[in-house]
Amino acid sequence: MNVVVCVKQIPDPAAPGEMNSSTNTLKRDGKLIMDDSDSYGVELGLQLAEASGGGEVTLVSMAADGETGGLRTALAMGAAKAILVSDPQLSGSDALGTAKALAAAIKKAQPDLILAATESSDGYTGTTPVQIAEILGLPSVTFAKKITVDGTSIKVERQTEAGYDEVTCPLPALVTVTAGVVEPRYPNFKGIMAAKSKPVEEVTVSDLGLSSSEIGGVGARQEVFEIVAAEARAAGEKVVDEGDAYEKVIGFLEQLKLV
Amino acid sequence: MSLSKIWVLAESQDGKPTSTTLELLTFAKSLGGTLEAVAWGPDVASIAGELGNYGATMLHDVGDLGDSLPGAPVASAIAKAVGEGAGPEVLLIGTTYEGRDVAGRLSVKIDAPVITNVTGLEVSGDSLVASHSIFGGTQIAKSRFTSDKSPAIFLVRAKTFAPVASGGSPANVASLPVGDIGATGAAKVVAKHVEELTGPKLDEADIVVSGGRGLGEKDNYSLIEELAKLLHGAPGASRAIVDAGWVPYSYQVGQTGKTVKPTVYLACGISGATQHLVGMKNAKNIIAINKDAEAPIFSVADLGIVGDVHKVLPKLIEALKARS
Repeated sequence: MNVVVCVKQIPDPAAPGEMNSSTNTLKRDGKLIMDDSDSYGVELGLQLAEASGGGEVTLVSMAADGETGGLRTALAMGAAKAILVSDPQLSGSDALGTAKALAAAIKKAQPDLILAATESSDGYTGTTPVQIAEILGLPSVTFAKKITVDGTSIKVERQTEAGYDEVTCPLPALVTVTAGVVEPRYPNFKGIMAAKSKPVEEVTVSDLGLSSSEIGGVGARQEVFEIVAAEARAAGEKVVDEGDAYEKVIGFLEQLKLV
Repeated sequence: MSLSKIWVLAESQDGKPTSTTLELLTFAKSLGGTLEAVAWGPDVASIAGELGNYGATMLHDVGDLGDSLPGAPVASAIAKAVGEGAGPEVLLIGTTYEGRDVAGRLSVKIDAPVITNVTGLEVSGDSLVASHSIFGGTQIAKSRFTSDKSPAIFLVRAKTFAPVASGGSPANVASLPVGDIGATGAAKVVAKHVEELTGPKLDEADIVVSGGRGLGEKDNYSLIEELAKLLHGAPGASRAIVDAGWVPYSYQVGQTGKTVKPTVYLACGISGATQHLVGMKNAKNIIAINKDAEAPIFSVADLGIVGDVHKVLPKLIEALKARS
């Protein structure tokens, strides 16, 4: 079974984020790394491809500037190859523009299953995967906790507010994976060395037959036009626990008549 | 864009509209114009009264979808109406599992962008301006659509507005048929597993008790559950322990999780990464327990306890048990 995993390369979430003051978009010019949220999809994709006894994981990503740092991490985990939509025209794309570019690239790989995170850690719109499924005319199951393959269909445990649903879906299909459902493997030395020579196919917007009016800042039909300071919240009382600080908590709740 | 007709995607649970649905209706009602709702299910008419009470005059019934996931068919029904010129100028959808599926599919069907993660919405001229909490809630980004594509689709987070009934009569119910969805509707629910929920829902609870990495190991999350139960609140979690697989995604509070605005938010062993602060900073009161005196969570806490959760929580639980 061939699996495509969508991987986003993002600025390090541990570093304080910054906005570009002229475009009001997130600054993405530093070193980019693989979004942690995607590591679960990569792991699950590798497990499912391995279990099927044949097949491989292809990564699909996009970048305005040819960045591959995050893709190498996933290749080191064991993905076979990557397709990177790389084009300066992609800069400023909204979720729908992103979905159009990724869907066109995924189509080249002809996968049985497409995996993505439920949302990215930086932009977190959470709509791109389902938009990809709709563009490709595929069914989707979002917020998966578990996926098992059964011949030409999959069974998915889908997170709900009240628990989970068991969902069956014929392949090909797109599934979004929630965090924490598998333990992503750490790339070993051999994997890291191998990743350096694994193929990363770079394609441009015009290679994919997309019009430049559909993607990038031009295609985005929404804008952030202003950034303002939020109402600041002041810190209150801070006490060091000497064994009786729990009484402070009870006092606080009593004052609010909650206990 | 004019605001003459607004639709709200009405979701229900246990036969009643969700609080997010009522919040969206309340805001939409304040805009004036015609307010209508879209819903699906075997007995949509049963919520027409409550939706009317919050201002909806018409309820578009997508019908009983059986065992299908709602994303594709509901998006198709709305897209069909839009294509026939019968759609709204504005469509408000809650940031929920189903809401996100509907919005994503619809945006492709009608080639319209979606403004997501809205935590504030206001009228500016004849259009809407959305607010988004960014960088740990220290700043607010304001966004708007730059095309006049109808409908303007907004995915709005829970607790953005306060629900207020306006006392209208029950909404009239009309059918909103599903179009041809081909293979996109092929996912079917074969079984539902309901995990017993002993308290209120996370995003509706008056008290939220959340745990983070400071709990040390998965088994210690039971302290959070016990405390939440004693306080008649809901248990929540930081992203770190969801990523670690200690609790499911539905427990997550924060940027990539839920937004909560309880009367009291108790953060236990949570350092307060910007990712987490976005989801809870607007709680009315915040209590934080963390052994690192420099943890960022203390900068927003009304009461900060610098201490070990493994010592403070058991004592707190014992004391509360002794009172009940």
